[in-house]
Amino acid sequence: MPEAKAQTRSALFELTRMRVLETLRDPGALFWVFVAPVLLAVGLGLAFRNRAPEPIRVVVADSPGLAAALRVDPTLKVEEAGLEDARWKLRRAQADVLVQELGAEVLFRYDESRPEGRTARLAVDRALAVAAGQRPAVPQRDEKVTEPGSRYIDFLLPGLLGMNLMGSSMWGLGYGLVDARRRNLLKRLAATPMRRRDYLLSVLLARLIFLVGETVALVTVGHFAFGVEVQGSLAAVGALSLLGGFGFAGLALLVAARTASTEVATGLMNLVMMPMYLLSGAFFSASHFPDWLQPLIRALPLTALNDALRAVINEALPLASQWPQVAVLAAWGVLPFAVALRLFRWQ
Amino acid sequence: MSDTVLTCTALRKSFGEVRAVQGVDLELRARECFGLLGPNGAGKTTTIEILEGLTSLDGGEVKVFGLPPGDVAVRARVGIALQETQLPDRLTVQECLRVFRSFYASGREVDQVIAQLELEEKRHARVAKLSGGQRQRLALACAMVGDPDLLFLDEPSTGLDPQARLKVWELVLAFKAQGGTVLLTTHYMEEAARLCDRIAIVDHGRVIARGTPAELIASLGAPQVLELVTEPGLDDAPLSALPGVARVTAKADARVLHVADVTVTLPAALELARARGAAVKHATTRDATLEDVFVHLTGAELRDA
Ligand SMILES: Nc1ncnc2c1ncn2[C@@H]1O[C@H](COP(=O)(O)OP(=O)(O)OP(=O)(O)O)[C@@H](O)[C@H]1O
Ligand SMILES: [Mg+2]
Repeated sequence: MPEAKAQTRSALFELTRMRVLETLRDPGALFWVFVAPVLLAVGLGLAFRNRAPEPIRVVVADSPGLAAALRVDPTLKVEEAGLEDARWKLRRAQADVLVQELGAEVLFRYDESRPEGRTARLAVDRALAVAAGQRPAVPQRDEKVTEPGSRYIDFLLPGLLGMNLMGSSMWGLGYGLVDARRRNLLKRLAATPMRRRDYLLSVLLARLIFLVGETVALVTVGHFAFGVEVQGSLAAVGALSLLGGFGFAGLALLVAARTASTEVATGLMNLVMMPMYLLSGAFFSASHFPDWLQPLIRALPLTALNDALRAVINEALPLASQWPQVAVLAAWGVLPFAVALRLFRWQ
Repeated sequence: MSDTVLTCTALRKSFGEVRAVQGVDLELRARECFGLLGPNGAGKTTTIEILEGLTSLDGGEVKVFGLPPGDVAVRARVGIALQETQLPDRLTVQECLRVFRSFYASGREVDQVIAQLELEEKRHARVAKLSGGQRQRLALACAMVGDPDLLFLDEPSTGLDPQARLKVWELVLAFKAQGGTVLLTTHYMEEAARLCDRIAIVDHGRVIARGTPAELIASLGAPQVLELVTEPGLDDAPLSALPGVARVTAKADARVLHVADVTVTLPAALELARARGAAVKHATTRDATLEDVFVHLTGAELRDA
């Protein structure tokens, strides 16, 4: 019947449409893909936003003259207390340094391991010098700056982007496949003349569509809510997101290749993702981990993605400079994908 | 033989220790409806899924349209309803059918199938919101949307109310009337009797009897049945000796007499009860059914339909 043929769209189109509609009609999936990462960015961005510099807190023990001299300096927050009380405040980190006049001497008491303590000691020393009428040896001038891309939210946003690409690819793709197998839907599809590669391609295409959406959402929120600028090229960010999304899709396909139990799949996915949540430097730099762990950490796809995204977004580096990260991501995209295709079960 | 749609010989399949199918031979002719009839766990689903190419076989040979089962050319000519499929919950009826339609180079119009399966009202309803019967009809619609020559239906009416079941029967008969061939499994005697031209009764992975419903019933050698409840009960021996009685079996507190002609046996039976001083509480006569064939062959009841 040729007239019937004219009306029907290709299987790849219909299958992709099916995946997209299923996701759009699933409030849970939408929340985790689009809303949760934005909420996380907003929450963490607010918690760690740059505030006015903290005042230096000085507690003066039983020395009113000294206190009066220090109060002249506006950068110091001076408090007077009895010795016992003052020591207690220092111990509870309610003061950065304790100052006490002992005859001709001034005693500083502070915790040397806290940078605030060392800074406070220097600041009090300088204030006392100024009060004694000393002038700096050479004329001085302050110029206060904030480098673009150096705030915590600037660091955080690329990490969230990477983490979200991992989470949504793994859950969106892996869980959906396992569920379709559990429900016998894969088996039913395998009994039709549907080309199997069309099905797997449609899954990837649908993921691609949502990947673009979620990346744009996060970058836009970062820009308008926190002024996070993409210092490098937007095209490079897009290319990295695609590469990362494809890498995680391969991993998800591997996890979902055989099991028909969503519980097993959930466990496997957490097993794969948990080390990366911890090690790949989404919230803080991965370089804090010990040296012997670094080769492993660098080989993880999320580390490669986060590092490359930060280089482009925060440091305006060209994509070409990130070739080791790109190579790691590409390897994670190709190898698990190839293995998954071999292992894949339709029922 | 161009008239043969499907053959399978010496089919065997085990799941570990469980020998699900132990040497099944079948032959489907064009334009017939063939039924696999059997109790739970008989191996019906395993057999039909091997024929569909969804389950690998351990031994035997299968040809569908002269090709191995599951061949892509076969899949294009076959429509399938699995015993249990959950179609995509979040799609509407129409969307779901469009997806299935897109797999076939030629097929029926989605609108036409929706109309034929009386899903008009539910066209834009999500699959998740359909009733069991509507879902079953959608599964049938998905099987038919590729305009198949051969339908595999695994328990197409299980779990449906009598009206929905009648609807499914009509659809199968209409498909057959248009020249289609059907292989279905069921454990409803009535369904097998109404739909199937030929039947294979399956038990423990083997075909224990085959033929048309009429042939199978005739093989009992007793086309009619007399069920008798008396107080006190009568012994088997004198009942067996009554004229025209082929066999006597028991069912609850009733004696079941398999007879050639009830008009001959009934008066004799009533006379016997009177002579023994037993009160007749209940006496029914009916034609023998496939159920009787099954009970006779296996000594067990099929699931009550
Ligand atoms: N995947 C499987 N793994 C293990 N055993 C199986 C599997 N599939 C079927 N069986 C076993 O094979 C036997 C036949 O099962 P099958 O599903 O073919 O029966 P059936 O006739 O379709 O029964 P029903 O009327 O309940 O659908 C059963 O004993 C069943 O437990
Ligand atoms: Mg079954």
